[in-house]
Amino acid sequence: MTYAPGQTVGPFFHLGLPYAGDNELVPPGRPDAVRLHGRVLDGQGNGVPDAVIEIWQADPSGAVPRVGGSIKRDGWTFTGWGRAQTDPDGHYWFSTLEPPSFFAVTVFARGLLDRLFTRAYLPAEQLDAFLGGLPPERRDTLITTREQRGLRFDIRLQGEGETVFLTFPGQAT
Amino acid sequence: METQADISREIAELRGRGGPQPQLDYPPYRSSVLRHPTKDLVLADPEGVELWAPCFSSRDVAADEADLTIQRAGEPLGERMVVTGRVLDGQGNPVRHQLVEIWQANASGRYWHQRDQHPAPLDPNFVGAGRCLTDENGTYRFQTIKPGPYPWRNHLNAWRPAHIHFSLFGTDFTQRLVTQMYFPNDPLFDLDPIYQSITDPKAREALLASYDHELTTPEYSLGYRWDIVLTGTHRTPLEDQQ
Repeated sequence: MTYAPGQTVGPFFHLGLPYAGDNELVPPGRPDAVRLHGRVLDGQGNGVPDAVIEIWQADPSGAVPRVGGSIKRDGWTFTGWGRAQTDPDGHYWFSTLEPPSFFAVTVFARGLLDRLFTRAYLPAEQLDAFLGGLPPERRDTLITTREQRGLRFDIRLQGEGETVFLTFPGQAT
Repeated sequence: METQADISREIAELRGRGGPQPQLDYPPYRSSVLRHPTKDLVLADPEGVELWAPCFSSRDVAADEADLTIQRAGEPLGERMVVTGRVLDGQGNPVRHQLVEIWQANASGRYWHQRDQHPAPLDPNFVGAGRCLTDENGTYRFQTIKPGPYPWRNHLNAWRPAHIHFSLFGTDFTQRLVTQMYFPNDPLFDLDPIYQSITDPKAREALLASYDHELTTPEYSLGYRWDIVLTGTHRTPLEDQQ
């Protein structure tokens, strides 16, 4: 089988991908809501203003949501999936709940020819097997920083502190 | 600014160098230079949530969102067309009830987007974005108009082949794909660094729709077929039953 190759989202994805409430997995301001946010940075450390970040996550109990409603959110059902576009500074944010371990993250941008996968881990005392297998300086790129109202996760596409991006078994490059 | 001849020379040098996916480090596409990772991707076994894809339902997508020709008061200009096909996983199984999103330029090659400054007319009756859910067989179907090719500023006299952007989900997270569907026999293929970033010609062909007269409606609309094969799934049948 020939798998369909990826292609860049290009500069005009705002026409097809964003929608109202896409980055609000739970309404911001809800007592248990956290902000997961950060900047997407290019190889010169400049913000990438035309990137799309998607997250997919378990709920706080670790259960994987199996319900629709991510596009037309009802304000009550936690669907586990969201999408955010970066602003002119390359900043993105989600209002969500904390999963026990990590957020699965997908990165798209103009100039990025195929999507990138990564993980945004919660800070924890014990490293899981995957993180433990990475060299310390690279491992840190996958661990969010705790803030008063949430978690910070910058994504560096290239250069110093380049984020660890993932491939999965069976995926061609 | 570089000419098409300069870019074509770079494309020729890189031809066949990569695998079936686009090369992330592909200098002929100038915007990629500072935006591609320089370190190897790290192999991970999918865990937990990565073994599943998000769910979408009829609550999320209205049936008429699959028709891009009825979103405004009047009929859009251009060549009416249907594009339909199946979304399959790497084992050939249909991806059922899953979200497909598209966006595209109008018949003149102009996007309904502030950043598009191509001096071709906007069509007040064509926005160019649609959604649908695949059916029980993994089939999606959109009614639209054929997009035009358009200029961009990668190099002097750069033109993109006509294409429709597709956003796809599978049955697990690792199958997430955003790509572009192209039309057969486009004379711009050899000149386009985005299409040519997939340096394997057989893999490039996987992005080509085919004209299908069976899908053409008499005196109304032409038909194109495009099947999309995502990568394999990682869940076992046992996990599926959970």
